[in-house]
Amino acid sequence: MKKEFNFIQSRKICVIISLCIFAVGILFNVIFGTGMDVSFSGGTLVRYSYAEKIDVNAVQAMAQDVLGKDAEASLENVDNTDVVTVTFPKEITLEQQTKLNERMTKDFKDNKPVQVEAKTLSAPMGRQFFVKCLAAIALAAGFLLLYVGLRFRRIGGFSAGLCALLALVHDLLICYFVFVIFRINLDDNFVAVMLTILGYSLNDTIVIFDRVRENRRRHKNMPISDVVNLSINQTFTRTLVTAVAVFVAIAVVVVVALIMRIDSIMSFALPMMFGVVSGFYSSVFLSAPIWALWREKKAEKK
Amino acid sequence: MKRTARPVFFIVALVILVLAYTSIFGVYTYFGDRRDTIIRGASDIRFGIDIRGGVDVTFGAKDTKIQVSEEQLDGVKAVIEERLVLRNITDYEIYADTANKQVVVRFPWEAGESNYDPTKAISEIGQTAQLAFHIGDATDSETGKPTGDLVLTGNDVASAKAAYDEENQQYVVLLNLKESGKKAFADATKKQYDNNKAPISIWLDDQMISAPKVQAVITNGEATISGSFETMADAQDLANLITSGSLPFELEVKSSGTINPTMGVKALDAMVLAAAIAFVLIAAFMLIYYRVPGFVAVIALLGQVAGSVAAVSGYFGIFNSFTLTLPGIAGIILSIGMGVDANVITAERIKEEIRAGKTIDGAIRSGSKESFWAIFDGNITVIIVAAVLMGVFGPSDSVFGWLLSPLMRWFPVATTGAVYSFGYTLLVGIIFNFVMGMTASRLMLSSLSRLKCLRKPWLYGGER
Repeated sequence: MKKEFNFIQSRKICVIISLCIFAVGILFNVIFGTGMDVSFSGGTLVRYSYAEKIDVNAVQAMAQDVLGKDAEASLENVDNTDVVTVTFPKEITLEQQTKLNERMTKDFKDNKPVQVEAKTLSAPMGRQFFVKCLAAIALAAGFLLLYVGLRFRRIGGFSAGLCALLALVHDLLICYFVFVIFRINLDDNFVAVMLTILGYSLNDTIVIFDRVRENRRRHKNMPISDVVNLSINQTFTRTLVTAVAVFVAIAVVVVVALIMRIDSIMSFALPMMFGVVSGFYSSVFLSAPIWALWREKKAEKK
Repeated sequence: MKRTARPVFFIVALVILVLAYTSIFGVYTYFGDRRDTIIRGASDIRFGIDIRGGVDVTFGAKDTKIQVSEEQLDGVKAVIEERLVLRNITDYEIYADTANKQVVVRFPWEAGESNYDPTKAISEIGQTAQLAFHIGDATDSETGKPTGDLVLTGNDVASAKAAYDEENQQYVVLLNLKESGKKAFADATKKQYDNNKAPISIWLDDQMISAPKVQAVITNGEATISGSFETMADAQDLANLITSGSLPFELEVKSSGTINPTMGVKALDAMVLAAAIAFVLIAAFMLIYYRVPGFVAVIALLGQVAGSVAAVSGYFGIFNSFTLTLPGIAGIILSIGMGVDANVITAERIKEEIRAGKTIDGAIRSGSKESFWAIFDGNITVIIVAAVLMGVFGPSDSVFGWLLSPLMRWFPVATTGAVYSFGYTLLVGIIFNFVMGMTASRLMLSSLSRLKCLRKPWLYGGER
């Protein structure tokens, strides 16, 4: 027989570990703030590829001068191409964009600038879209918890749902902090990652609760925390193997993107990779053990 | 339970291999220079503009207080399509976001254009359409412009609608003029009617879109265009174009994005490489860790990936293809990882049963039976998530968009299609995974276990 690991007892340490990670995340958030992509904040972003060395300060001065608007310029490397990125916090029109292009090609003709990317969105539209994305996350979480509640009515769907929610909030926070710590701007991918991790993490939680239900039928007189511990142990290999497979899949994307310097997929792959780890961890070490504690307390009261 | 015959494994495996081969390489027939596509392969996949470069733009009314009707929105859509086709861009995506009164267009970089100015292209496509009615259908042979006198402009048109004329049993376009145009139109129709029923031509952006012959003198400003429409859709097309030229508002670019094609190509190569590496690593892992069930899982996984590719490329011509973006490819890769789950749950059950002393047949049977609900539950959460993603990021007239519309109608649609594609590949990946896990994997496993050389418990996770 396999040695059983006591997940219930390791609960406290896990809560402390999670809180430490959150503390680091909050610290970064306070210091660096949250970067927003144009698709959420609104504004205009234009990228030019260039040859030779370009004077980024001159580009910024030119951009501010040509339209008389606030502008910032920075040097970046996007998908293995050196680019100078000009951002306007307030969006500019197409005509203004054309003016900017003309000045750019004229003033910096030795650098042979070519516009490789441009994004424009009005600030209210960006804000509305951001709210829509948050609403989508809440909506998906609502649907998922409804399903968990219905599915586990017999073993107390409400408490199971609430513990699952705890794990989900944990995972979403971890994903968010990955964006903050690695200073990745929030964009559409942020929502894709958040939602996927919601589904993935809950999947693990459900498989464990599924076993709890089965084991409660089999071992009627076993204390609840032992039932939960047994269930986690029985499903542990499956949860781990799947987590490893998903982790390997997404980690390969991260590694290949790093080697080939493809940054455009990073805002998707990197938070997803951490999210997968967090989803596995929160289901096994947090939600089920906390649920066991809850039921135990409730049983004591009676 | 009936025993599965031994050849079943080979049949199922062969079917999957054929599916995998054809979905990647496609099937074509050659007749001289002509290539006909029978089955679309990976090379026929339509990639999103984040990969091949292009333009992504949302148009809306400049004056946000104005009420925009659905017909007018269709008119905007029609004229933009017309202009794209004129520029030889046929591979575009366009949809009207009726909730927010906007039109979203995505089109790739014009082929062969090295010095392309996307900013100019956007403003040209979004220009207010110029509608004009001219006497006769004669054109200047050099400029292609109409030579007849100008009768009406878009400002004189109140509405244009497609309808079915019961009396004459034909499709027609009902044209309604404003007060300002009635007199001129009455004079023009009288002139052309007397001139042996000569035509009046209708022009949009200097392109003749129709030249009906005048069948009657129209004095009340209510004309019917008939005769050339085979279907209601034909009539609707003309009505849309006329509407687009008589919009009471100007179009404005609400958001836009352009990406140069040089950027995305490298990213595509990287993602394909990543997909291949991820598949090989996971396959090796499954094979070593689960042996026979692992081998079966690898074949099922291959079937799942082939299914995802087929669902994107539109395997048979009758199915729609789906635009594939970088997150979309990431979705396929991610579902390779998630896809092992169904097989892992089954294999773990079999291992448990064998270690509890069951025979191989008994273990496989109860392992398959007991794991159904766990697999179902696990998949349903990801399906819910993928559906929400598609609803939020897709066009408002897509299935999931429609389902979520009561909750999401106050919000604007997504300005890029990248995440929509991810939701789709995740969804089909999970569905194919479920189908493969429930059918192909089980058939293959129970048939393989009948082979004598594979009847050793350790091959299924028992003690050696």
